[in-house]
Amino acid sequence: MATYTLEGRTGTWEIVVGLEIHAQVISESKLFSGASATYGGAPNDHVSFVDAGFPGMLPVINAECVAQAVRTGLGLKAQINLESRFDRKNYFYADLPNGYQISQFQMPIVGTGTVEIELQDGTIKHIGITRLHLEQDAGKSMHDQHPAKSVIDLNRAGVALMEIVSEPDIRSPEEAGAYLRKIRQIVRYLGTCDGNMEEGSMRADVNVSVRKAGEPFRTRCEIKNVNSVRFVMHAIEAEAIRQIEVWEQGGEVVQETRLYDPSKGETRSMRSKEDAHDYRYFPEPDLLPLIIEQSWVDELKAKLPELPDEKRARFCAEYGIPFYDAGVLVADQTTADFYETVAKGRDGKLAANWITGDFFAALNRTGASIETSPVSAAALGQLLDLIADKTINGRIAKDVFEEMVETGAMPAEIVEKKGLRQVTDTGAIDEAVTKVLADNQDKVAEYKSGKDKLFGFFVGQVMKAMQGKGNPALVNEAVKKQLG
Amino acid sequence: MSLDAATVRRIARLARIRVDDAEVETLQSELNAILGYVEQLAEVNVEGITPLSGGAQMALRHRPDQLSDGGIAEQILANAPDRVGNFFAVPKVVE
Amino acid sequence: MSLLNLTLAQASKALHAGEVSATELTTAYIKAVEELNPRLNAFITPTPELALAQARDADARLKSGTATPLTGIPIAMKDLFCTAGVRTTAASKILSPFVPPYESTVSAKLKAAGAVTLGKANLDEFAMGSSNITSAYGPVENPWKRTGSDAKLVPGGSSGGSAAAVAARLALAATGTDTGGSIRQPAAFTGIAGIKPTYGRCSRYGIVAFASSLDQAGPMARTVEDNAMLLNVMAGFDEKDSTSANVAVPDFTQALTRGVAGKRIGIPREYRLDGTNPEILALWDQGIAWLREAGAEVIDISLPHTKYGLAVYYIVAPAEASSNLARYDGVRFGAREDGHDLIDMYERTRAAGFGPEVKRRIMIGTYVLSHGYYDAYYLKAQKVRALILRDFQQAFTQVDAILTPTAPSAAFGLGEKMDDPVTMYLNDVFTVPASLAGVPAMSVPAGLSSEGLPLGLQIIGRHFDEETVFAVSAAIEKAAGFNALPELRAK
Repeated sequence: MATYTLEGRTGTWEIVVGLEIHAQVISESKLFSGASATYGGAPNDHVSFVDAGFPGMLPVINAECVAQAVRTGLGLKAQINLESRFDRKNYFYADLPNGYQISQFQMPIVGTGTVEIELQDGTIKHIGITRLHLEQDAGKSMHDQHPAKSVIDLNRAGVALMEIVSEPDIRSPEEAGAYLRKIRQIVRYLGTCDGNMEEGSMRADVNVSVRKAGEPFRTRCEIKNVNSVRFVMHAIEAEAIRQIEVWEQGGEVVQETRLYDPSKGETRSMRSKEDAHDYRYFPEPDLLPLIIEQSWVDELKAKLPELPDEKRARFCAEYGIPFYDAGVLVADQTTADFYETVAKGRDGKLAANWITGDFFAALNRTGASIETSPVSAAALGQLLDLIADKTINGRIAKDVFEEMVETGAMPAEIVEKKGLRQVTDTGAIDEAVTKVLADNQDKVAEYKSGKDKLFGFFVGQVMKAMQGKGNPALVNEAVKKQLG
Repeated sequence: MSLDAATVRRIARLARIRVDDAEVETLQSELNAILGYVEQLAEVNVEGITPLSGGAQMALRHRPDQLSDGGIAEQILANAPDRVGNFFAVPKVVE
Repeated sequence: MSLLNLTLAQASKALHAGEVSATELTTAYIKAVEELNPRLNAFITPTPELALAQARDADARLKSGTATPLTGIPIAMKDLFCTAGVRTTAASKILSPFVPPYESTVSAKLKAAGAVTLGKANLDEFAMGSSNITSAYGPVENPWKRTGSDAKLVPGGSSGGSAAAVAARLALAATGTDTGGSIRQPAAFTGIAGIKPTYGRCSRYGIVAFASSLDQAGPMARTVEDNAMLLNVMAGFDEKDSTSANVAVPDFTQALTRGVAGKRIGIPREYRLDGTNPEILALWDQGIAWLREAGAEVIDISLPHTKYGLAVYYIVAPAEASSNLARYDGVRFGAREDGHDLIDMYERTRAAGFGPEVKRRIMIGTYVLSHGYYDAYYLKAQKVRALILRDFQQAFTQVDAILTPTAPSAAFGLGEKMDDPVTMYLNDVFTVPASLAGVPAMSVPAGLSSEGLPLGLQIIGRHFDEETVFAVSAAIEKAAGFNALPELRAK
């Protein structure tokens, strides 16, 4: 594995990164109220009195959000804490209705775990998970709706979030990107978060520090709310470069919260110093300890879908496809399912080649996704069957596939309609060969005088004469025989 | 432990309560009297004691994940001191 | 006899027998409120029209045979219970414009039973206080007077309005809430009975929160029986409150005649604090004697950490309050003061909206939770709280109930004990330990001081054993035969 470093004036620097990912839990209703957790909605329409922090309102926990956190913990191969607690994190902000956020500070529901990431060069690295805890999302303040006022919509307030905290194990922007994508892949497989970074249902706080090789950690800065994989990678680099400059100019990096500005490609300080935060965490007295049973955890575990790492290993073993291809095919659940439908009971390698080759190319070209693809898994499977039972040959199959992409028709239908069935009648083949040789007597003479390369020319001419439908092996055989 | 005026001001700021200088002085002496009184807890040996954080000794009850609330924007906003349409309104925040 | 002198049980009987209508009874109380409330200030918001409408409904129910024992009973609702469509202030300026669009579970249960609400009763601001002087709507006057004196006395707090209303016959009964003694101490100061049930017995949903781990609603009325009848309706599991206990509610009135024969009554030696008023100690001894005569076994017990109760309370309650009251920020409800930016708006709104005692408690609570002080104050207090609970649990292996005085003195004068907050806090010294442990405790009027003021005794029971508390309280009530009446009362 190539070590990522940055060159400064005073030498070589390495970077140390840890990520806090906020992943919005997929659920019908909010963490502590029965209001809708769905994205969007008219202003303040997905809001109950509980969410708006009205006097006397009390939180009651949503069982599904707890289950989602446990599933995610299991997916991160992490320790599930059978007893956890909720705490209040106290601070004032216009979109935080209670003046505190209910979170888990001292005793999170999920403890340490680990995630495997794969880098561009094929290296595998493990990133430690420190914890995962449940907490409430805040509402949304908007500053551009009115000339003199900020306005607040509480639809998001109280929606369940999972905060997934990594160890400071990440050493390059690439690793950070791979880690974030891997977490997104896992939660999507689990169905615990949709991973949609554009809508903000997944966002990351990035902790960055720099150091010379062999040094202990230096002061870190936290870049808040970065909302794409690309921006996370850019922000890390920009922040690392900034910190190196500060250190190299004899300065001191101050621990602070920063914001990444994608348009400028730089980070800037977010909060003024006078507003030093003191969150005054204490156990949420409106809730009791969250106790879950091991048997329930086991039940959830038994029902967990196969996760990408396991699926990838199984694809390699079961279908005999290369590790790299398997990685591409398990990138998301839909692709993996598509592949398995096609590969089941067929040549797994051929299925993989078709999907990663012609099929993906067709999706790219037409801008379709697997869900909207004109070629279904069943159709592609049928095409492979037609090749396997020698109804069509590989070359014709390509034409049939293009036709499938264009019309959405089933391959058998196309083959029938266009008469693309492969010719295996040796009489017909012999006839075609005889004609080609007769028409090209000069070439035959050249061949016989030692120009072996012309063999391919004769085969090609025969196939052409047969509109590509000749069985290639039989054609070869016939040409060889007639040339003597 | 005794509070100085600067700490009183810091606490007031954390609590988002505006205090003037005269109030700081009064609060300082009152808060110190209370802190002086609770100082007696120092003498209690609590080694190995699990803190009691709640009034009830039971496990948390869960509710099923059902849509059962919301859709009451007008009631949510009915008591608002200021609103713009169906949004709550506050003095403009410059970020 | 005036309608106003009936107990709740008697009134209920009369209503069901058709001897009096809910409208007549309610009208009598509305008149009483009109006459005396301007002086006593027991109600912040009287709701006579609403009461009459409810009384008419009650009469219909009484006629149709769907009435409950509380149908047509006029009560005062502490203004800490959110009532749909009726302003709810928590006695704070910051909530002065607040009209809840929802109803608290306890008030909803009382409504559903047919009780008539005369109005919202005064209290200490956000229930923080022991004398009802911190209300932004003015203090409540205790209807009792010292013999030969016209000095205004406090009714106790925080449920001072509820207590004064019941004592002065401005309501047949009232709801209260108790965080460190807010039902029991005012009950003792005004010569009525009141019970703080087990934490989790009554739902906290819709009650403006002071200290979540301590707050508990309960009834206040003239007799132990009246309290039992009210608690029958107020208690019960509520899925909207995660701390509400899913425990069956017995008919508490059944426990009243159990007697105390064979019951073991604990007398905690640590409650004989140095300097306690000898009158209070004498009354306590009298209570012990009554119970012994009634066949109870009196046992000397120890609650060694009791003396730290107040110190624990004055860390835990303000800490929770500082967080619970953060929502009053002028954004979604309540009063707002304009500011030049968001923070300025917050700071002005909260400075103008909260009174001095509330500010003090928010400040103390903020401090004890702040970085660097949490372990020394809050965590330490929680550990001592665990020891206090353990004291009670151990005591209850030896005894069935505990008897103590309710308050260290009789009602004091408006303006007394106000020099510093700590002196005022000492009022709660006997009531706070049961709050911290979450066990039920009741105050029963047991006698008069030499100055002619009522004094109460406190009966503490095991978690969810309100029945024994009622049984012992009924025995004390019977033995005491307390029938003195306050000077100021509607007739």
